[in-house]
Amino acid sequence: MPRYMLLIDGVKREVDADADMPLLYALRGELAHKGPKFGCGLAQCGACTIILDGTATRSCVLPISAVGAAKIRTLDGLGTAGKPHPVQAAFIAEEAAQCGYCTNGWVMTTAAALEKNPHVTDDEIRTMLTGLKCRCGTHMSIMRAVRRAADAMVRATADTTLFTDATREA
Amino acid sequence: MSHANDITSVPGRRRFLQRSASLVFALGNTGMLSLLTLTAADAQTLAMAPRAIGPNSLDSWLAFDTAGNITAFFGKMDMGQGVDTAIAQVVAEELDVDVAQVSVVMGDTHRTPNQGGASGSSGCRQGAVALRNAAAEARRVLVARASDKLGMAADQLVVSNGLVQVQRDPRRAVSYRELIKEGFATELDWNKRYGNALVVSGSAKPKAPADYKVVGTAVPRKDITGKVMATTEYCHHVTLPGMVHGRTIRPPVANAVPVSVDESSIKAYPDARVVRKGDFIAVVANTEWHAIKAARELKVTWSATTAPFPPQQKLFDYIRNTPAASDSSKGGFGGTPYDAAPVLAAINRASKRVEAEYEVPFQSHARMGPSVGLADVKHDAALIYSDTQKPHDQRDGLAKFLGLPPDKVRVIWKPGPGSYGRSDADEAVFEAALLSQLLGVPVRVQWMRHEGHGWDPKAPACVIACKAGLEASGNINGWYFHAKGFSGWDVYFNAADPRDTLVGQLTGLVKADAHNFGAPVESYAFPNSVKFWETVPTFLAKASPLRSSHMRAPQEPQVHFAHESFIDEVAHAAGNDPIALRLKHLHDPREIAVLEAVAKLANWQPRTGKEPKPTGNVMKGRGVSLCSTFGGYVATVVEVEVARDTGRIWPRRIFVAHDCGLIINPQALRTTIEGNVVQGLSRTLYEEVKFDESNVLSVDWLSYPILDIKDAPEAIEIVTLNRPDQPAGGAGEPSHVTIPAAVANAVFDATGVRVRRLPLKLPKLA
Repeated sequence: MPRYMLLIDGVKREVDADADMPLLYALRGELAHKGPKFGCGLAQCGACTIILDGTATRSCVLPISAVGAAKIRTLDGLGTAGKPHPVQAAFIAEEAAQCGYCTNGWVMTTAAALEKNPHVTDDEIRTMLTGLKCRCGTHMSIMRAVRRAADAMVRATADTTLFTDATREA
Repeated sequence: MSHANDITSVPGRRRFLQRSASLVFALGNTGMLSLLTLTAADAQTLAMAPRAIGPNSLDSWLAFDTAGNITAFFGKMDMGQGVDTAIAQVVAEELDVDVAQVSVVMGDTHRTPNQGGASGSSGCRQGAVALRNAAAEARRVLVARASDKLGMAADQLVVSNGLVQVQRDPRRAVSYRELIKEGFATELDWNKRYGNALVVSGSAKPKAPADYKVVGTAVPRKDITGKVMATTEYCHHVTLPGMVHGRTIRPPVANAVPVSVDESSIKAYPDARVVRKGDFIAVVANTEWHAIKAARELKVTWSATTAPFPPQQKLFDYIRNTPAASDSSKGGFGGTPYDAAPVLAAINRASKRVEAEYEVPFQSHARMGPSVGLADVKHDAALIYSDTQKPHDQRDGLAKFLGLPPDKVRVIWKPGPGSYGRSDADEAVFEAALLSQLLGVPVRVQWMRHEGHGWDPKAPACVIACKAGLEASGNINGWYFHAKGFSGWDVYFNAADPRDTLVGQLTGLVKADAHNFGAPVESYAFPNSVKFWETVPTFLAKASPLRSSHMRAPQEPQVHFAHESFIDEVAHAAGNDPIALRLKHLHDPREIAVLEAVAKLANWQPRTGKEPKPTGNVMKGRGVSLCSTFGGYVATVVEVEVARDTGRIWPRRIFVAHDCGLIINPQALRTTIEGNVVQGLSRTLYEEVKFDESNVLSVDWLSYPILDIKDAPEAIEIVTLNRPDQPAGGAGEPSHVTIPAAVANAVFDATGVRVRRLPLKLPKLA
């Protein structure tokens, strides 16, 4: 079984796995991450989303052998209790979750998109999040949270403390 | 990797408190110690024995540690609407402590009283009553102790933030922390019932709502931060030492059974093996990925069978034409006699008759994550992790399935991917239990997506016939409502019997023949009214992917879609405004109040039936509907836009007037209503289980679409009618029920086209 070196949330981790094993199983299994969830295994729901070199990526269909040296960010490492990512802070402020099983997908997809461009209209928010599933129907509070996060990130554009290299690139 | 170590129960509360105290002391009073920490410590030494949970013992409901933190033991669960926060508010209110000091333990059969689990929007409506009464009694006991200690009569004492003070001399004070020694040892009056009906009370009188300081405020939900910061441990995360992973094998044709299994087909995975009992087949492996691949690649020869299902296009004809298996005079909760003949005779005499039939397909619970369960079954005891809605019932079912006494089975609930009825949540856990019993090691079974959609119990399909007679004056002279569909109890609403699981049926248990459907209960006093239901036999009695069960507000979205659509049709036929017609026939002041409130909120303009035909590509319309159920009263107006060129229906604005009695947390209520509405829109516009003669074809999110964010409404406007004088009612279902008819009525208002089948679809409109 080959060994893979992964760079996850700024930390090097080694995992022994079959080459075709999706990254999700490494994250959820041996690495015990609680953020990315198994929802479908088909890249249809987004519950497994990670940020791979800056792009929101469905880890349930990404073979671990295809990750290479790419930088992986997960919800577990996106922010800390003392310093949540602005998207996390907004989801908490708006109470934008019910069961919370899909929350990982919405937060990670939003974080990747808004870090590239926080200047989004409400229609653009819908477009950038289309395809993500939420069974509890929390879409209204999610849209409020994303609006709140985008506004906060626009306001903070000049304030680099919000976007340290750690949160942007880790 | 974190391992759950709480395989054994905590000891008696007395011992727990001693331990808690000593640990706090040893650690220098570092604050609240989690109960799991204690159970992990105790797990090493203590045999598995149940903690005596007597609902009549105050210690069963509340525990205080010496740092002043309080744990409430709640026998229901939060499915994501914030019920645990509401419980913390109720407990904090009665005890006069900071709500942040109250944590809530939910759904551990060895630690929480059996309050029936998540069921019928009863978390606040019924579940909170026991906690309120227990907390009020706890306060009384503590104040009595303070009275002894301070030498002052209890009525001279006040409590603030857990500190009992002499009212006239606040410097004389003693904290709850100092008054807690070894628990309460206080008896409560208990009505000797378990489940939803469990009620306890003490001699203390709970606070008057006018005195509430915490109840009624938007306390932040306790569950949110962990879910957003990825610290919440879901059932899917739990592992046990030595655990193996299981995956189940499903037949390509629903009623095929395995004839032979070629184990050499998975020899590429040396850690994988096949386990078979009866017609149940699974693969277990040391790694999850190998279990998945081996299950995918295992070669099974299946029996040849005759097609178990009719073609889907014959579904509604099957329901219409098949003799009823049961009806509302025999089934359901008690049975209701009815006689339709005089009603039909009256309708036949009317000067104008209105008739319509409505059709609702099977719908899937389609949880975000498919079923999961973790089981460690020993010869004399079992530890189970589950995200079931009803762990106490599941414990009883597992005990029967495993041949163990119920008190030797411990089910620990962990949060899961939402659950809105008898979903697939009770399936994988029974499979894991069987595999663990057979293999002697802990087994975690997780379903794959195709099972989550394809093999969960389904909301039952139905055909509903409505008839009404109108006199020349326009008055109604007869009202007939006949629902006919698959049973909501084909799979029973709890897992207390293993016959109601797939693995139970595949290993030889014969499912019960239980029947239930439903009819609307609003207070419309139509003359000569009859409302009744019939059920039809299931297509396939054993292990069917189309077996039917409760799904959010069981059968009510179906029957209210028909009934509240039909009232609109009658109003239109009579040339009446649909709100005015409803108000004319309603009697319950709370139903009237929500209907009037939503009319005001939406600035409803009365319909006359003579509105001008719409022009242009986008046609706008509004529809209304009403529902009262589970102690909640809801009226909803939906505003739709229909695109003539595509037939797309967009529910742009939703207006909801909501009365669920006393409001405990207005913010959690608001988001709960939004979820009800959006999930209701999804069921109304998109959801239908597809099948062919062999099997269910809806096996993922492409073949079973739900509402996408691009189709979410622009706004949901909510007015809540707070009634502190009324008990807290249910909010998890009533607003959901109003959605299908409100959308259908709005589509008719916009287009003149009456759609009587869910999900609502329109052709391109010329």
